[in-house]
Amino acid sequence: MSGERRSLWRILRVPLLVVLAVVVYSYTFQEADVNLDEIRSETRQTQLVRVLRALARPEVLTYERIETPTDAALALPCGPALPAAEYGPDERQIAVEPSCAEPGAEITVTGTNFSPNARGQIYQVPSSGEIELRLEEFIADENGDFVVVVDTRERPEDVPQTIRVITREPIGSVFSPEYVEVETDDLDEDGNAIVATVRSPRISEAAYNTWDRITETVMMAFLATSVGVLVAVPFSFLAARNIMREVTTTVLRLSLQILVLPVGMVAGIIAARWMQDVSLLLTDSVGLVVGGLIVIPVAIFFAIRRAFPPIDEGLVPRGERAIRVSLAGVAAVASILVLFLLADLLTDLGAWAAPSLARLAFIANFVETLGDILAAIITVITALITTGVAIQLAGRLAAVLRQSLPGGVRKAIAVPLAGLAGGVLAAILAQGVAWLYQLNDPVTTIWIPGAVGAVIGLALAIRSLRKDDIGVGLSLYYVSRTIFNALRSIEPLIMVIVFAVWVGLGPFAGSLALATHTIAALAKLYSEQVESILPGPVEAVKASGATRLQTIAYAVLPQVIPPYISFTLYRWDINVRMSTIIGFGGGGGIGFLLQQNIRLLNYQAASVNMLAIAIVVASMDYLSARIRERIV
Amino acid sequence: MLKIEHLTKVYDNGTVALKDVSFEVPDGEFLAVIGLSGSGKSTLLRCINRLIEPTEGRILWNGVDIASLSQEELRPVRRRIGMVFQHFNLVHRSKVLTNVLQGSLGYVNPVRSVFNRFPQEAIDKAFAQLERVGLEEKATSRADALSGGQQQRVGVARALMQDPEMILADEPVASLDPVLAHSIMQYLEQINQEDEVTVLCSLHFLDLVHRYADRAIALNDGVLVFEGPPQEIDDDKFREIYGKEAERVG
Repeated sequence: MSGERRSLWRILRVPLLVVLAVVVYSYTFQEADVNLDEIRSETRQTQLVRVLRALARPEVLTYERIETPTDAALALPCGPALPAAEYGPDERQIAVEPSCAEPGAEITVTGTNFSPNARGQIYQVPSSGEIELRLEEFIADENGDFVVVVDTRERPEDVPQTIRVITREPIGSVFSPEYVEVETDDLDEDGNAIVATVRSPRISEAAYNTWDRITETVMMAFLATSVGVLVAVPFSFLAARNIMREVTTTVLRLSLQILVLPVGMVAGIIAARWMQDVSLLLTDSVGLVVGGLIVIPVAIFFAIRRAFPPIDEGLVPRGERAIRVSLAGVAAVASILVLFLLADLLTDLGAWAAPSLARLAFIANFVETLGDILAAIITVITALITTGVAIQLAGRLAAVLRQSLPGGVRKAIAVPLAGLAGGVLAAILAQGVAWLYQLNDPVTTIWIPGAVGAVIGLALAIRSLRKDDIGVGLSLYYVSRTIFNALRSIEPLIMVIVFAVWVGLGPFAGSLALATHTIAALAKLYSEQVESILPGPVEAVKASGATRLQTIAYAVLPQVIPPYISFTLYRWDINVRMSTIIGFGGGGGIGFLLQQNIRLLNYQAASVNMLAIAIVVASMDYLSARIRERIV
Repeated sequence: MLKIEHLTKVYDNGTVALKDVSFEVPDGEFLAVIGLSGSGKSTLLRCINRLIEPTEGRILWNGVDIASLSQEELRPVRRRIGMVFQHFNLVHRSKVLTNVLQGSLGYVNPVRSVFNRFPQEAIDKAFAQLERVGLEEKATSRADALSGGQQQRVGVARALMQDPEMILADEPVASLDPVLAHSIMQYLEQINQEDEVTVLCSLHFLDLVHRYADRAIALNDGVLVFEGPPQEIDDDKFREIYGKEAERVG
């Protein structure tokens, strides 16, 4: 029975699949609006041909041109007979057939004695002579003759109008340029146009603009890649399963660490504020700042040398330990001060040097901005570091409790602490939600989430009491993976819209969007490299008594450096390509110019932009492949 | 004195790798661990320095139960236990000297060493260890530029760098030819006799066991089936350890 059913399925399988495919593709065609009528339509085709021909002639060079008109009369509509135009024997001439027509009717324009292959435009000039209405283009054959059928414009007049053929012959060539005097738009004192001598041909305006924007584009990609790498490298370890799997903790330790989290953060912010106030006392005088920047780091150096002796002797006497801890603390606080002083010095230095550096002023601006960035992130860094220290201390406390308390008591303490920790964590997270939705009611923003968090914390604690190890590392792994995947799935072209709202349209918004995407993409690629390292060296280094950080530095890092470089170059490649279009979303760079030129139907300029993109992308591709070969 | 008591290891997938294993190793002994592949030799050695977490049992070393230590407490214990691996486990892209210096990571300050700063004494000592295994002129070569035998000598130098009281050698010569195997075993023998370092060494070839070990223990399917001097391994014992169809070679 079942065999029969199977053979039936075997017979029907192919026809069914064909039917299914037909249905799927029919629907696809409908949704994608596949319509060959549009392709066949003549107006579409002429448009396409015009665009393609314009694109094929990128306007890299601008020529000054000699305009030569040739006229013939035409009556629209028919009236008294017109005098025939008089031409010399070898003079270029045009004939219009018929010599009168209804407005809008077709006429045939025949030209003879033009230069071979000459190009030009045919215009209809009404009797006022003030405007030239463009009718059609023409290209003469190798004998200098042409025949074009054109539609006249519907502008009836009682007096004869003129059909004018204008050729614009470029002056000079790339190999033998000529100099021409042209009237500029500027006027001299007497109100006459100033005459300037220009070279023909010369590099076009479009080419100059393209050069400016393509440099901007490459710099955007460079900035985004550098920032992306800086942030992605540390995060890549968080998103690596083999590293995080081993990070386990106990209920007691985890609860204590969560509880000190806000404490550490607040302490860091207070310390940073305090040091900023101290730094303000010094920043009035440059001498004090520079002096402080020399003296304090030296003091920090010696304090650190004293606090971290080169050999780890194991247990040290309590007094010595107190000295070391306080020295390390003082050094840390002093480092914050140094950073503030440095930020101040950089900002002042940049502002002071900018006017006197002329064309190199951008370096001074960079220094100033660097100082600005530094000042902005010191508080964040400090808060992160104090939080880290607080977590370490909580870990130590947990270790002491573990040694000094019997298991039962420890568990009895751990459970309520876990409840408290869950409550605190949930209340902190709820603050973010409250800010986003502008909730101001403490019951909904603190107490309810706190209570829910506490219940979850208690439940988790009771559940994991039997086990000694909680896989906190794996939880962090999943959280960071999820964040990176979410970030990665948003195209930078969409992200740039958000950033453009924040920092305004332009290359900065584009760089930020690219950087965000780069962080997520690189963190994922990097972490997969960490996951695929050889486990042997890690095992060997761990066996020698190395700490987790030492293990990463000595067994993991050397193994992942070549693939990291390789992926960075690959990403740099992608970023160059992406930065060429990020301008379409408001992100600056060449894309912005390209979009503008396309909208203005300036296809010859757009063609220069595309050419530049093609050259840059291809050369980056080649360059990164070469570097990759060399290093890896 | 190392004393293993009722050591059991059950992996997460349910595999029982060690079943209630107990034995003692006096200080300064050269103990061979024998048994088929998959009999639990590697698991046993890795449980001793907690590269693998034992499921049950105690590992008493100098009166301290290694199995119950926290990660922080483990560091000073691990740094006195050197380990030599079958596949050498060197970091290929690092210099030979850096690989040897890894042996001092348990001693140097963790913060400083992360920035690749080692005290001069450690560097001098690393050179001395390389000299001892005859590789001082290879100090700046990349580890993967060395031959297999040379790589294992770097592995021995790295273990020596730890000033070990005990060396765990997991099949140290299984990837080497017989001549190289003897040269590596002679280094271990020398360290055992001159420096009075306890050596636990898992081995495949019985002639190596006879030649170098003071005593041997044998595992079969995670169970300790033999404990005694190598001379006592007669044909009956051999079949008990390696299975009924096994034949002696070499």
